[in-house]
Amino acid sequence: MSGDVILQIENLHAQVGTTAILRGIDLIVRRGEVHAIMGPNGSGKSTLCNVLAGRDGYTVTAGRVLYDGQDLLAMAPEERARAGVFLAFQYPVEIPGVGNTYFLRTALNAVRKHRGLEPIDAMDFLTLVKAKMQSVDMDPKFLNRSVNEGFSGGEKKRNEILQMAVLEPTLAILDETDSGLDIDALRVVADGVNALRNDRHAVVAITHYQRLLNYLVPDVVHVLAGGRIVKSGDKQLASELEAVGYAPFEAAAGA
Amino acid sequence: MTTAAPKIEDLINREYEAGFYTDIEADTIPHGLNDDIVRLISQKKDEPEFMLAWRLKAFRHWQTMREPHWQNVHYPPIDYQDITYYSAPKSRAGAPKSLDEVDPQLLETYEKLGIPMRERELLAGVAVDAVFDSVSVATTFKAKLGEMGIIFCSFSEAVKEHPELVQRYLGSVVPYSDNYFAALNSAVFSDGSFCYIPPGVRCPMELSTYFRINAAKTGQFERTLIIADAGSSVSYLEGCTAPMRDENQLHAAVVELVAHRDAQIKYSTVQNWYPGDKDGKGGIYNFVTKRGICLEENAKISWTQVETGSAITWKYPSCILKGDRSVGEFYSVALTNHMQQADTGTKMIHIGKDTKSTILSKAISAGRGQNSYRGLVKVMKSASGARNYTQCDSLLIGDRCGAHTFPYMEVRNASARVEHEATTSKISEDQLFYCMQRGLSAEDAVSMIVSGFCKQVFKELPMEFAVEAQKLLGVSLEGSVG
Repeated sequence: MSGDVILQIENLHAQVGTTAILRGIDLIVRRGEVHAIMGPNGSGKSTLCNVLAGRDGYTVTAGRVLYDGQDLLAMAPEERARAGVFLAFQYPVEIPGVGNTYFLRTALNAVRKHRGLEPIDAMDFLTLVKAKMQSVDMDPKFLNRSVNEGFSGGEKKRNEILQMAVLEPTLAILDETDSGLDIDALRVVADGVNALRNDRHAVVAITHYQRLLNYLVPDVVHVLAGGRIVKSGDKQLASELEAVGYAPFEAAAGA
Repeated sequence: MTTAAPKIEDLINREYEAGFYTDIEADTIPHGLNDDIVRLISQKKDEPEFMLAWRLKAFRHWQTMREPHWQNVHYPPIDYQDITYYSAPKSRAGAPKSLDEVDPQLLETYEKLGIPMRERELLAGVAVDAVFDSVSVATTFKAKLGEMGIIFCSFSEAVKEHPELVQRYLGSVVPYSDNYFAALNSAVFSDGSFCYIPPGVRCPMELSTYFRINAAKTGQFERTLIIADAGSSVSYLEGCTAPMRDENQLHAAVVELVAHRDAQIKYSTVQNWYPGDKDGKGGIYNFVTKRGICLEENAKISWTQVETGSAITWKYPSCILKGDRSVGEFYSVALTNHMQQADTGTKMIHIGKDTKSTILSKAISAGRGQNSYRGLVKVMKSASGARNYTQCDSLLIGDRCGAHTFPYMEVRNASARVEHEATTSKISEDQLFYCMQRGLSAEDAVSMIVSGFCKQVFKELPMEFAVEAQKLLGVSLEGSVG
């Protein structure tokens, strides 16, 4: 069911301060695909997410990234978001006093405006968000709380998936969203991703552990080590990793 | 740190929007301060003898006092002889009787400020007493309120038409000897607002005063006196602006509130005085004494303030809780940007039994702004069962600003309960990036985070003020994220 290329990363090098982290990433993701990127700590997983989302503090020293044919790295973070790039954060932040509903509606309207759509009105939004909450198994009471304030780790991750479900991004990037989650929450994350599984969307799930992939069957699995993708394969690769660990790949990457 | 930082800078650097000057012929007396000037002011205002006597007493007391310097603000010495203490727009034939007689240019100024002055504002439920420099130019809806026995007029008018009320209450909450700036105000105050709500009357509309300092080197010394008689209630709005000028201007106002048995006064301020430019040049020195007394049982006084302007703000709206079971509240948002300094807070003096006070202070510092909360909770021996809850939160934007908290507590009754909570937080790059990753611009993200921070206070403001306050906060913060 693979369609056009949505994300094309070519020879991407990036550093934090003077430390080179990404050392030549190549990756092609098509609409309709779910990619898993796995790798040990320090392999550059989070750096890759942050560079794609446009976070400050990372310097791209070589290579390019095309998103839907456009130069992604030239776009401001909010432009990327409006164009359909969504990052589910590893550590979602708290915003005290800002209602979850208000935040989410503002975000949705920013995206809608970019697409040339009218802002959604409060009532329609409420209907939409309540339906989506049910799909991520979240209590509607979270709507009245401030963004992530006082949420448990699992609740924050569910909230990320809720945002993803409401915003329906073209390209969703999950930065270790599965870390620290129990089985039920893992299933919610997987369901959220599976709901985006159609010929318009694409997902890049970054994870340290193989267990998410029990619920979420990727089309392609990549191993990231030493700032490079050292091996790509189908879901079997994940099982292989589980058996042998990352060490052989790190050795191969010269990390 | 490359993408968001410059935007935050831009945000902080937005210019003062009310900084226009209106060229109106003014009746200004020579600058300087002495017995003769005090007499001249009183004479120009055609005041009765008791007022002049009071002013002179205040002036003589002021001469014995020294300017206070305990507050956490810094400014060059003020030359009190270089200030003009009276400046009134010159009208063609005596005082204007209606809006039609008011100088059209003056009205235009109010238009620019968006002050509701005309009949259509009646629909919005706002009656405005506008103080332009020192004389109250027009008071709207007076007749309408008069039918209910409510007196809402300029202070000068009250002195002439209701001398018995003025004499009874003037200085009863803030005596002329109270502090340096209150003494100065008592000697030279030029005008202000007066309001009296008779027993059992609920004022049907929000009463509003808009202050604006226009002439150069003019001090504005207005005086507000609000009396809510037994069982009455009133909500009062005060808004302030001033044109941009290089030199600093002094604003030393006094506000006195008196709430009798079962009466309620809600006093809301949105203060947008010119803060000076981003290097700290010019701007208003806002040294104000605001105090209310809950004179008898079950009275309630509530101060809500949003302070975004002035080069220096120095004020502590306070409540004296004398009546048993009376209630005092203080809700404050103070924002300092660039070189602004604010030392503000409240005093809650518990005298009566089972009196209750709540203090909620939100301080936002950006640029090189310095923000201090200073609050006193005093529980007298007589105040058994008194309760206070204080919460002071500070939000820092950038790393060159400062937030300080100076809570004072004096508790002389063992049955009292006093609670204090304080937090300091920063708008983090993480919060900004999180919002931007969801499609919000940096500006919208900052304003959303700040509004969230201020939410508990904003919900205490009357609706139209809450909207204005939120806008003002957005403007004042432009360029503050970095």
